[in-house]
Amino acid sequence: MMRSEPRALQLNEHGQLKHFLTLDGLDKTILTEILDRADSFLSMGEQSVKKVPLLRGRTVVNLFFENSTRTRTTFELAAKRLSADVINLNIETSATSKGESLLDTLKNLEAMQSDMFVVRHSDSGAAHFIAEHCTPNVAIINAGDGRHAHPTQAMLDMLTIRRHKGRFEGLKVAIVGDILHSRVARSQLQALTTLGVSEVRLVGPKTLVPSFFEEMGATICHDLEAGLKDVDVVVMLRLQKERMKGALLPSESEFYRLYGLTEETLAWAKPDAIVMHPGPINRGVEISSEVADGDHSVILNQVTNGIAVRMAVMSMAMSGQLQRDDMPVARGEK
Amino acid sequence: MKLRIQNGRLIDPSQDIDAVTDLFIDNQKIVAIGEAPEGFENADIVDASGQWILPGLVDLAVSLREPGMTQKGNIATEGRAAVSGGVTTLVCPPNTRPIVDTPAVAALIQDKADEAGMANVFPIGALTQGLEGEQLSNMVALTEAGCVAVSNHRHPMANTKVLSRALEYAATHDLLVVFHPDESSLSEGGCAHEGLMSTMHGLAGIPEEAETIALMRDLLLVEKTGVRAHFARLSCAKSVEMIADAKASGLDVTADVAIHNLLLTDQLLSRFDGHYHVLPPLRSDEDRLTLIEGIKAGVISAICSDHQPHEKMAKIAPFAATEPGMANIEILLPLSMQLMDEGDLDFSTVLTCLTSGPAACFGLEAGSLSVGSFADFIMFDSTVRWAWSYETRKTKGHNSPYFGEEFIGRVMSTYISGQRVYQAV
Repeated sequence: MMRSEPRALQLNEHGQLKHFLTLDGLDKTILTEILDRADSFLSMGEQSVKKVPLLRGRTVVNLFFENSTRTRTTFELAAKRLSADVINLNIETSATSKGESLLDTLKNLEAMQSDMFVVRHSDSGAAHFIAEHCTPNVAIINAGDGRHAHPTQAMLDMLTIRRHKGRFEGLKVAIVGDILHSRVARSQLQALTTLGVSEVRLVGPKTLVPSFFEEMGATICHDLEAGLKDVDVVVMLRLQKERMKGALLPSESEFYRLYGLTEETLAWAKPDAIVMHPGPINRGVEISSEVADGDHSVILNQVTNGIAVRMAVMSMAMSGQLQRDDMPVARGEK
Repeated sequence: MKLRIQNGRLIDPSQDIDAVTDLFIDNQKIVAIGEAPEGFENADIVDASGQWILPGLVDLAVSLREPGMTQKGNIATEGRAAVSGGVTTLVCPPNTRPIVDTPAVAALIQDKADEAGMANVFPIGALTQGLEGEQLSNMVALTEAGCVAVSNHRHPMANTKVLSRALEYAATHDLLVVFHPDESSLSEGGCAHEGLMSTMHGLAGIPEEAETIALMRDLLLVEKTGVRAHFARLSCAKSVEMIADAKASGLDVTADVAIHNLLLTDQLLSRFDGHYHVLPPLRSDEDRLTLIEGIKAGVISAICSDHQPHEKMAKIAPFAATEPGMANIEILLPLSMQLMDEGDLDFSTVLTCLTSGPAACFGLEAGSLSVGSFADFIMFDSTVRWAWSYETRKTKGHNSPYFGEEFIGRVMSTYISGQRVYQAV
C-alpha cells in the first residue's frame, strides 16, 4: 500500500503522536499502543468516579465545522474524563458563515490559548491544514475531514474487533456500502491492513466502490454474497439520501435489495461474525432492524469503545506535544 | 537606435541557428546576423560573451488579473514578471472582470500594457457574452480591437448546439478558437486527477474523460465547421493521441500544455498542499510522459506557464477550497530546461515550444530572430545557479510551489523591440 507524508506531520522527534490526523503512515506499534491504552480506559467508565487527571488544566476545543452530535459528544466526554476543560464550538453557524477564513478563525482560537483542537470539517485535508498552520504545542485531532479520514472512528472499530475476536491476523472483514464518500472506510482500510487482517473486502456497486481501492490493498466485490462469504466482521456504512440524486444509485429500495444486511444475507458470513456500523443507522436502507438489534450486532459497543479510544488518542497526543515544551518557542510564535 | 549584440551564442530554432555570432538591431528590428550590414555605424555595443541569445519567449497563457482582480496581480506587475522570465509576448485569457467580451475591455488591456512598457500583450476575446455559453459575443469586433482569438475559457457552453453555431460563426470570419476541453458535468466539483491518490486522500476526482470526451466532441465540430482551432492545456495521454490522429487526418489544429503538467504529477497530492491545485489537474506519470512524447513528436507545439497569480489567502485553505493555479512565469525557461533531463528532449525542441511554436499557433509575429523581425530577445546565462524566492519575485502572486528552489540558468536581460526592459541584478 502506498504511503504518503503525513507521518512527519503527526509524530514528534521521538516518534510519538503529537497530532492525530490520519492512520496513513502510522505503524502497527502505534496503533497497538492506542488500542492498549484504550483498553485500560474502558474499565474506567464502570467506576463511580470516571475521571483521570491526564489533561488537568488543559483546554480542549471541539471545533466542528460540520454537524455531528454523536462524535462531538463522545470527544467531549473523553476530554472531560481526562479532566480537561472543554469548549464546544459549532463553527458552521459561527464565524466562517460570516465570511471569516478558516485561518482567521484558527488564529482567534489560538489566541484563547487552547491546547488541543478536535476538528471536523467537510474538506479533505482540513485537519492537515490546521496542523500545519497552527501554533506549535496545539495538538490537532481529526474528527473527520471530508472524504479523507476519520481515524478515531477507525480505531474504535479496531478496538471493537479486537475485543470480540481477540486478534486481527487471519480475519476477513467486509465493508459494505458507500465506500467512495466514506472517510470511515478509508481509515478502516488503513487500520485493518496495518494491523494484519488477511483480507478486507469493499462491497458495493461500481458507482460507490471505485477500482482504485484495489491499489490500496482491498479486494473489491460488487456482489454481496461474494463479499460476505465467510467473513468474520461486517461493517455497514450509512447511505446518504443524496446518492440517489447524484445518479450513483437508482433507489434506496434497490440498494437495500442488493446490498442491505438482513438476517438472510448475514448468513453468508461466518456464524460468529460481528456486525458494526459507524452510525447513525438507516434501518431498512443498509441494515434491517433485526440485524441492527440482533445478537451479532456490536454497534452500541462501538459507541462505548469510542470514548476510550478518544481518551487514548487525546492523552497520547498531549504527551507528544509536552515533549516539545522544552523547545524555545513561545506560544503564538511560529 | 542601433545596437550590436556581440559574441553571444545565438540559438534560434526557427532558423536552425546555433552559433557564436553577432546580432544587429536598427530601428527596433533585427537587420542582420553575423556580419554588420552596410552603413551600420555608431551602434551601441553589448558584449554577450558567455551568454545565450534567444528569441523572446511567447507564452500563450498568462492571467494578468486586470481588470477586476488586481488584488492578485495587474498588467504592470505581471508584465514585469513576464519579462524577468524572458517572456516578451504573451496571450491573456478573457476571464477578467469585466470579461473581455467588448472591444473596450480588449482596448483597456492593451492600453495598460503599452503604458507598462513590458511584454507585448495580446488578449483572447470571449466566445460568448459573459462567457455564459449562451449568446455569441461580437467576435469580429473583438478581433478588430486586437484580440488574437476567441475562447470560452474553461466556462461550459449551454449546450452543443450553441458551441456548434459559435464555431460556424468564427469559421465564417476565419477566427481562431481556443478550446479548453472539459466536459463540465464530469469535472464539476473535482479538484484533483481521478486516480489512486485522489481516492486515497478523499479528494473529489476529475476523470480523464472530462477532457477526452470534450476533446472528441470539439474535434468533430472543428471538422464539421472548418474553424481554426487551438487546444489549450492538454493534460491526458489520450488527448495527445487524439490530437495526433486529428492532425494525421488533415485537421488544422494545434495544442499546448502547461509546464507544470510536464513536470509534476498527482503524487504531490499527499501533501494536501493547495499550491499543487491546478486545472486541469496534475495527472499520472504516464500522462506526463505521454505529453512529453507529444512535444517530441510535434503533436504539441507550445509550452505555457499558465501563469495565474493569486493573493496569499487564495492558497491558505484546505486543498479543495484553494483557488487553482500557479504563478511561475518567471521561471518558465529554467523549468522547461528540466525537461531535457526529464524527457530526453533536446534544447532546440524545448525552445521551439517556447518561441516560434506558440507564435505559429496564434499567428503572432514573434518567437524568431530572423532578419526583419522585431528585436525581442533575451540574454540567458546557462551556467548561473540562482534561487528564486518569494522575497525577490516580480509577480504579485504568492502562489508558487517553487519559491526557494535553486535553478541552473537564468534570464539576465530581456529586450523588446531593441529596448532593454529587464536586467537581472
